[in-house]
Amino acid sequence: MMQLLEAARAAWNAIRAHLLRAALTVLGMVIGVAAVIVVVAVLHGFAHTITSQFKSLGSNGLIIVPYETQRAELAGIQARLTPGDLIAIRRQVRGIQDVVPVLPMARFGGSVRFGNHSTDSSITATTPAFARGGVQYPVQGRFIVPGDDATRRPVAVIGDAVIKNLGLPDHPDGHYVQMFGTWFKVVGVLNKLGTLLGVLNQDNQIYIPFETGVSLSGRSTPPDIIIQLQVSRAQAIALVEARITRVLRERHHLQPAQGNDFKIQSSGELIKALTKVFNIITLVVAAIVGIALLVGGVGIMNVLLVSVTERTREIGVLKSLGATRGDILLQFILEALLLSMLGALIGLFLGWGLSTLVAHLVPALAAARVPAWIVALALGFTAAVGLIFGIAPAAKAAALDPIDALRYE
Amino acid sequence: MSALPIADTAPLLELRGITKRYRMGDSNVHALQEVDLAIARNEYVAFIGPSGSGKTTLMNIVGCLDRPSGGRYFLNGKNVEELDDTQLARIRNREIGFVFQNFNLLGRADALHNVMQPLVYRGTPLRERRRLATEALQRVGLGQRLDHLPNQLSGGQRQRVAIARALVGSPSILLADEPTGNLDSSTAQEIMAMFAALHSAGNTIVLVTHDAEVAAHAHRTITLRDGRVIADSRRAEPGTT
Ligand SMILES: Nc1ncnc2c1ncn2[C@@H]1O[C@H](COP(=O)(O)OP(=O)(O)O)[C@@H](O)[C@H]1O
Ligand SMILES: [Mg+2]
Repeated sequence: MMQLLEAARAAWNAIRAHLLRAALTVLGMVIGVAAVIVVVAVLHGFAHTITSQFKSLGSNGLIIVPYETQRAELAGIQARLTPGDLIAIRRQVRGIQDVVPVLPMARFGGSVRFGNHSTDSSITATTPAFARGGVQYPVQGRFIVPGDDATRRPVAVIGDAVIKNLGLPDHPDGHYVQMFGTWFKVVGVLNKLGTLLGVLNQDNQIYIPFETGVSLSGRSTPPDIIIQLQVSRAQAIALVEARITRVLRERHHLQPAQGNDFKIQSSGELIKALTKVFNIITLVVAAIVGIALLVGGVGIMNVLLVSVTERTREIGVLKSLGATRGDILLQFILEALLLSMLGALIGLFLGWGLSTLVAHLVPALAAARVPAWIVALALGFTAAVGLIFGIAPAAKAAALDPIDALRYE
Repeated sequence: MSALPIADTAPLLELRGITKRYRMGDSNVHALQEVDLAIARNEYVAFIGPSGSGKTTLMNIVGCLDRPSGGRYFLNGKNVEELDDTQLARIRNREIGFVFQNFNLLGRADALHNVMQPLVYRGTPLRERRRLATEALQRVGLGQRLDHLPNQLSGGQRQRVAIARALVGSPSILLADEPTGNLDSSTAQEIMAMFAALHSAGNTIVLVTHDAEVAAHAHRTITLRDGRVIADSRRAEPGTT
């Protein structure tokens, strides 16, 4: 134990003697560890933010979307969910509530005008119960009310970004915006959601009454909708899914051999899928960082190999004083270990600082969290790399012949 | 070569037929040839000879830094030939104290830590190491320079640190290779006086030099030429206690 402490002290003294060189040597480690900390911290923050958003949708929430099997797609059959399906589900499936149709009017942006400003927004037609999900709710004015829907009123509830993009006043209630060639009266403003993943502005949204949307999308083809609903009791989710499946298959005239032309997603499943994506990103990043750390390890090895040559005489002196191969080996391995840990520590602080910065710049991110496991993992892996790449220089130093080392100029 | 009868019962070290060859390309350099030698406890011996005569090679073998190509070497009754590298390191640590011409101090360590270093390898606890090293430095008159780095010390002071370091572990034998070679004459005198005092205090000393004046301080002079011992003479009144 004392021997270890002494070797560590000697190693530290050697590092301290060339602190700048040590810092440059461990740059690879610093960058590797900082990168892994930033990525994991930021991903963790995002995952946390997004999962909490989905959770507010309710763990009992189900979303039914049209789904085309490849074969159906080839046959030119387009899967659809229609208002008729919505009515059938409302009537025939028990144990559900807040059944909401979501009709994307312009999924990738529909043109909206106010005065001589115009912008592209995501426009969705839905019913009043949509706001009960709790993710989107009005902070000014109101959401769509049953009367809007029943009488197909041209009213709109808009997101914060729309106000800015169109140059609307801060309290835009009562102003009119033009979409699909019709004037819509603004009746409410939605809560701010912020930006998702740094690029997707979630506040560039407009909601209009469902029936208004249906009438706008024309009579020729029934509109293609998504259906959201809440299951009353968590235990009944599977049962409800089975009932919905039966109702929809019957309505779509599907033969037993045919697959479903729709998909039922639960919010739990969405979270699972999302988690999977995050895990994959984490893995990829971990692999890249692993390579960075290995490169860092090679850097440390090279510098130490040079250092062993430089200190040949010193090693000879230590051997003349009675240092065994083991003593020298230990000292140089500890030097590699200390160097790599130095890099890891600097990287840790750098990564923490950067992820805090990112959290400040991206408001959608609740808070960048640096989980303890990633700190432990980064330190552990760096230590292992230091140890492994310290072996070659340490073995070289230990194997030096005392006479040759003492004579070295 | 003259083999004088040894006064002591058992010699501290004994060399029999020691040779050392170096391969230089196609030819062999015979650094040492058939050296027979015995040194008793508390002798003060000088290896003298011109440059290249094999003095350093002999001292390195005596100090277990180097292994002979042939012959046998007994130190304290132990056959050194049979020892592995770790055991040799242990012997260097406990039985031998080296003093070099160019001091060979650890540049990043202060005087105290230089002197403490050999004790690290025998597992002496820190406080004990500090105490022993401080005492050793006081003995060589550097009690006030404990925290000085080598480059903050004069040549004579550096060599005294080196002597303190060689002595701190109470070795059986002190080996000094041209210890005054890098010092001016008055500083050299000081160092030689210190060796005399150490010898009087009971230490066994082997001094390597090419300088007859320096060798005259010793009580026994072993002359080397071309790797052979050509003379082994003692002063009339050996100053052993
Ligand atoms: N590592 C070595 N390789 C080759 N020849 C050596 C080596 N070390 C010493 N020698 C040779 O051995 C002889 C004795 O050297 P050395 O013991 O250093 O002499 P001294 O110390 O008396 O000047 C010299 O001829 C020297 O060139
Ligand atoms: Mg020499």
